[in-house]
Amino acid sequence: MAEVVLTNVSKNYGADVALDDVSMVVPDGSFVVLLGPTGAGKTTTLRLVSGLENPDQGDVKIGGASVAGWTPAQRDVAMVFQQYSLYPHLTVRENLEFPLKSPILRTPKNEIDAKVGEVAEILQISHKLDNKATELSGGEMQRVSIGRALVRNPSVYLMDEPLSSLDAKLRSDLRIELKNIQANSGATLLYVTHDQIEAMTMATHVGVLDHGKLVQFGSPREIYENPVSVYAASRLGQPRINVLPADLFGKAPSGAVSIGLRPEHITQGEGPESLVTRVEHLGDQTRLHLKFKDHDLITVTDAHTKLQSGNIVKIQPRTPLYFDANGLRLG
Amino acid sequence: MAQIKIENLRKDFGSFNAVKSSTFTIEDGEFFMLLGPSGCGKTTTLRMMAGLELPTSGSIYIDGEEVSQKPARQRDIAFVFQMFALYPHMNVEKNISYPLRSQGMPKAQVKRKVAEAAEILAISDILRRPVGGLSGGDRQRVALGRAIVREPKAFFMDEPLGALDAEFREHMAQELRALHDRMGATTVYVTHDQLEAMQMGDKIVVMNHGVVEQFGVPQEIYDWPATKFVANFLGSPPMNFLDFHAMVGKGTDSVTLGEAVFAVPSLRTGANGELSLGVRPEHVTLDDASTYKGRVVATEYLGTTQIVTLDTPNGRIKARVASSDKVKVDEQPGLSFDPRSLTIFENQNGRALVSKANEGVLSNG
Repeated sequence: MAEVVLTNVSKNYGADVALDDVSMVVPDGSFVVLLGPTGAGKTTTLRLVSGLENPDQGDVKIGGASVAGWTPAQRDVAMVFQQYSLYPHLTVRENLEFPLKSPILRTPKNEIDAKVGEVAEILQISHKLDNKATELSGGEMQRVSIGRALVRNPSVYLMDEPLSSLDAKLRSDLRIELKNIQANSGATLLYVTHDQIEAMTMATHVGVLDHGKLVQFGSPREIYENPVSVYAASRLGQPRINVLPADLFGKAPSGAVSIGLRPEHITQGEGPESLVTRVEHLGDQTRLHLKFKDHDLITVTDAHTKLQSGNIVKIQPRTPLYFDANGLRLG
Repeated sequence: MAQIKIENLRKDFGSFNAVKSSTFTIEDGEFFMLLGPSGCGKTTTLRMMAGLELPTSGSIYIDGEEVSQKPARQRDIAFVFQMFALYPHMNVEKNISYPLRSQGMPKAQVKRKVAEAAEILAISDILRRPVGGLSGGDRQRVALGRAIVREPKAFFMDEPLGALDAEFREHMAQELRALHDRMGATTVYVTHDQLEAMQMGDKIVVMNHGVVEQFGVPQEIYDWPATKFVANFLGSPPMNFLDFHAMVGKGTDSVTLGEAVFAVPSLRTGANGELSLGVRPEHVTLDDASTYKGRVVATEYLGTTQIVTLDTPNGRIKARVASSDKVKVDEQPGLSFDPRSLTIFENQNGRALVSKANEGVLSNG
């Protein structure tokens, strides 16, 4: 496996800036998740590493070597796209074997069988190995296309929203499996998603992209607890962080324009009064929608709270984050 | 607005049984969720209530009147499909007023009703705009406006937010619920998303394979599921099941897994054989004092909390604990469960055993 380094990489499509001077180190053996809304530059980054696109400026290195001009095959990357692409005339087993049967690799038959069996097990498709690829459901086809990447041992895995078409149960199983595969094999994995749960639970590092710029790079915990901006703070956390005028709860540091409060960082029972406007029982916890000095905010409370809409509840911020006029975090 | 009552409703398509025998009541003004996986019969149930399908047998009462064999137009219901179904050549106002104009309502009255609906939906300023250039949210509001102006007895919605991305979906879910709270209209809403159902619904019906598994208030059926299916379908991660073999009877108030004894709510009934102890992830505690050990398989950081996956002698489970707790893969912490929250299931039929804690919830359906 290999380290991937992007240095001052930019990419434009006509007048649209897709990536703007991005520098990033994907350490060997790390699981890096790129997070951001549609159009942030996540997929473009992946395509530049894979060799499907070339940067307008800057350099991409894989395993220490500059890969400018190399084909995807020469870069030895394994890609999984959001949209599965299988060989329809082959069985699941033949699809999974295909990358190993390449004349360059010359993998022995028993090794192929073992590898395919192991990957099929992990992806819960062992019972479908002899089905035609066209006889599978969408979720099964996507698992086979993930499997086709996993049977290989490339320098880096590149995955673009590979779980987004699967149902909730399977997604949660595969999150753990992908993370275990990566951790146990020491693989380097660059992964694109706009699902914050995937980013939080799998990543060793999260790269937050905003309009083609890399605005923060760090562990999920760093980004959750120590975001550099309102934008980065809003990418993680469900419900989303409350962003309110800085002086709403009293004196704010100089230069502060807004205060960011995660829903769980609002203490109930002391402080000024707010009005409960809606109570949502989600089972494991309850969300309170509050009106405070004409502002809406959301906090969470005990699952079996007796609070109802129309009640008054006292609230107090805990560990607030302050941001300046540009949305940047104040020291 | 209206109360809707379903009794022993059944639908067969040829030899395929889509809905087996559904019975539940939607009270006037409720926001009511039909929840279940694809193919469970929830959409078929809604379509029968709307009059788009005729039931094979059973009854549907709207405000006391039996309507199961009546055509859709005589039921006075507004059906909002996967939204965005607008007339592309008309502007916003024309789209909203269409159902009224086609009824031949006088112009002045149409104008007033459209203005009211636009006010409720906060789209008064875009009434003259063509629908082509509207954002997804505004298109959805127009589709709703067209339903609202008719002042129907009830609104039926079939996965209206299904096609939207997560962020926008959350926003529209809140907007729909707020709209319901302002109008107080009986709303029946089909979804396969358990969080959406919990978040928006006053009541939920959980369906599976054409059968109503449970029906009730979201928090109550989350806490006290009637079946393993419901326990597994609600919650993320879902309820854990620790499998064991035992005999339990009326008055049993503890179960033994391996060497460890766990207190449970006193049982009102008995069973013998393969059982499961059901415990929600947030009711599992890592507790060094406990002799019941699990081995940590994975940890997943989620901000304030983390999900810890553990292998126990009775199967794999997940615990939701504070992310400040230090937990490492391959550690073997002791485990304890909140005794007030536990449910025992019979594996053979998947049903919860009635106990002191869940009898109130299970008795109402």
